[in-house]
Amino acid sequence: MPDKAKSWVKEAVETVTVPILAIFVGLLVGTVFILIAGADPMEAYKALFKAVAGSPRAIGETLTSTTPLIFTGLAVALAFRCGLFNIGVEGQYLVALMASALTGYYLHLPPVIHALVALAAGGLAGMLWAAIVGVLKAYRGVHEVINSIMLNYIALYFTHYLLMYYFREPGNRAAATPFIQETAKLTKGLIPGSRLHTGIFVALLAALFVWFFLWKTPQGYEIRAVGLSPGAAEYAGISVKRNIILAMAISGLMSGLAGAVQTLGVSYKFYEQMGFIGYGFDGIAVALLGRNHPVGVIFGALLFGALGQGSGAMQAAAGVPKTVVWIVQGTVVFFVAAESIWKFLRRRRVKAEVKTA
Amino acid sequence: MLKLTGITKRFGSLVANDHIDLEIREGEIHALLGENGAGKTTLMNILYGLYAPDEGTIEWKGQPVQIRSPSEAIALGIGMVHQHFKLVPVFTVAENIILGKEPPGFKLNMRQAIENVRKLSEQYGLVVDPEAKVESISVGQQQRVEILKALYRGAELLILDEPTAVLTPQEVEELGQIMKSLVAQGKTIIIITHKLKEVLQLADRVTVIRRGKKIATLDTAGQTEDELAALMVGRRVMLQVPKGPANPGRVILEVQELNAVNQRGLPAVRDVSFTVRAGEIVGICGVDGNGQTELVECLTGLRRAKSGRILLNGKDLTHMNPGQIRAAGLGHIPEDRQRRGLVLDFTMSENVVLGSQRQYASWGVMNMRRMTALAQEIIKAFDVRPPEPSYRAQSLSGGNQQKVIVGREITRNPDLLVAVQPTRGLDVGAIEFIHRRLVEERDAGKAVLLVSLELDEILSLSDRILVMYKGQIVAEVPAHEATEEGLGLWMAGGGGARA
Repeated sequence: MPDKAKSWVKEAVETVTVPILAIFVGLLVGTVFILIAGADPMEAYKALFKAVAGSPRAIGETLTSTTPLIFTGLAVALAFRCGLFNIGVEGQYLVALMASALTGYYLHLPPVIHALVALAAGGLAGMLWAAIVGVLKAYRGVHEVINSIMLNYIALYFTHYLLMYYFREPGNRAAATPFIQETAKLTKGLIPGSRLHTGIFVALLAALFVWFFLWKTPQGYEIRAVGLSPGAAEYAGISVKRNIILAMAISGLMSGLAGAVQTLGVSYKFYEQMGFIGYGFDGIAVALLGRNHPVGVIFGALLFGALGQGSGAMQAAAGVPKTVVWIVQGTVVFFVAAESIWKFLRRRRVKAEVKTA
Repeated sequence: MLKLTGITKRFGSLVANDHIDLEIREGEIHALLGENGAGKTTLMNILYGLYAPDEGTIEWKGQPVQIRSPSEAIALGIGMVHQHFKLVPVFTVAENIILGKEPPGFKLNMRQAIENVRKLSEQYGLVVDPEAKVESISVGQQQRVEILKALYRGAELLILDEPTAVLTPQEVEELGQIMKSLVAQGKTIIIITHKLKEVLQLADRVTVIRRGKKIATLDTAGQTEDELAALMVGRRVMLQVPKGPANPGRVILEVQELNAVNQRGLPAVRDVSFTVRAGEIVGICGVDGNGQTELVECLTGLRRAKSGRILLNGKDLTHMNPGQIRAAGLGHIPEDRQRRGLVLDFTMSENVVLGSQRQYASWGVMNMRRMTALAQEIIKAFDVRPPEPSYRAQSLSGGNQQKVIVGREITRNPDLLVAVQPTRGLDVGAIEFIHRRLVEERDAGKAVLLVSLELDEILSLSDRILVMYKGQIVAEVPAHEATEEGLGLWMAGGGGARA
């Protein structure tokens, strides 16, 4: 038992070492670009840190931008465990924004219940949108990357159409739905002065759910079996098709919840989307950083939430373009991904050696 | 001619070669015998310059040498034919042979090259068409190309790594002839193998390696398979499974007029009918690709039959899915243990419930304790090593992976066990163990359907033998009347001949 505990700790240390190193390298590379931009790196990073964790309000704001990323990271990670690359998180997120804004406005329900119903509506919308991808993949063999990207655009313009023709608030110059009812709003004020809302708890619960579902239920077992070895799953009588659809649907549920908490906790309405917001695409990076594990996803989301939150402040205070932060993000993702590739190659080499030995 | 002294090679904590001494005499065929993972190939890779030894010296023709790369080995006159051929499929035979050592001159003189290759191939009796594309010739011929490649580079010592693994019995015979003619013309040959019969059939002397250590070097004359097996494994092994007469009972599996097509839509199983009774082992033999795979896939629900019926205990399984068929009482040891039989990234505890995972959940939650208990039961009953349920399947050796699969399928207690190539690539110890368990299942009143490409396996285990050729069952022979030659004729399509 002590041996087992030790190996567990060792594995955990090994798992976090590289992302932490990658963050340092990322900041280092960022420094270079800050210098090129002609600013003082110390000043810039100070401003970044202050905006991220310099005050209770800053921490609250950081957690606010972390919340949707936890969901979208979970969405990507869960699909990936079934061997699927869900690039459609963005579109699932959009339809959920709309669904929760509409249920939040048109329904009249008691507090809490209304919020829960609107949350469920968003989740369900994302789920259905993703299930389309699953069905097309399972029954028509359309690759999920292709059809989920296409569904992203359909979602973007479909919600735009609904907004412009049916649900736009008349008399308002900005194109947006009316504000949702007070009863549908998620409680805020967890940290005074920040927009942090109870959606963060829903996100943490969702992470717990994904972990439990994948590793503790027979359905999760089957999804992982399909993801790791479709041949073995088929042999064992596990329906590959059914699990692809199911995994996509639950992945979409996560994306949908991301949209729902944004509407119900932050924006309170659906406003005109000029393009993709990027939470879905960031979810891919978050899942990668988190190694497709719910706990890792929480930390990955925290990093991306913090960097996203701090970038604006850095631009304002130190005159460093926001884009430097994107370079930092990109570098971190690059090194984490590079590590996976390196590990894969090394494992192959070790295997080859053992084989020839 | 060649003398290796105290060769040691470590990979991390694994000692692949532990102070091995080896002496090769000029003009001999020397076999290097050992189980998978014993360290034979590592030793030869050191000799060929692919690995640097941690300790030890190499003497070549009386001179101490250091071989730092394959090109240095080739320059010395050492050539190697790897188990997996290293040929360019779209190049011709001649192009492959001269690749990297083209005749001098700015313009490639292909006519000259072809002529050289032809001469070489005639000189050594290695018949092969220099102008044929490598992808269009048989595996046996590809092997000759590899040998010619080494000879073209002036090899005096040829190392052949598991040369018979991919050959049919007839091709093995031919390889033996080729080796004799090479030796007659002054070449020296080392063959790496784990097959006992071939050592006795092909080699003059044999060096046995076990777990990285040299055990003995012997003249093959006067040796028996049993003695070599004992040296190789380190204990007496039963090459022949002890097996009493069968007591066939009621019909468990009945296949009626089954037809199925392969991936390309061509008929692969044609009007196949047979039965398997409780308490007997029925073996299906045949050359690879004669419909055995498709037949098994139909039986196990992985492929849809075009017509015909499959009955298990009288119940029609023809249109059931793999899960339903498993539930109806069929156990399946699949042909491809890594792609089908196991989820390599799953732990042993997870793998032992593969196919019955729903039965190991209570209140919707996987019962880890029961899964681990089952894993431990299988580990104990089937001697899986290391005995650690939390180990991932991919960290087990091939033999132990197979034991997990066999253990899982037998422990589920099915009425019919379909075992496909159950011992492919395994070492003698594991083969013996799995064969014994299959016979035990028979004796416990189960029906066993064995599908194998290894005639030895079919002959030693089966009570009845079916021969498959071009999708049809062309012969049914009681095991006690079957001979290797007779079955071989049927397998080659020699219909009408007596088995």
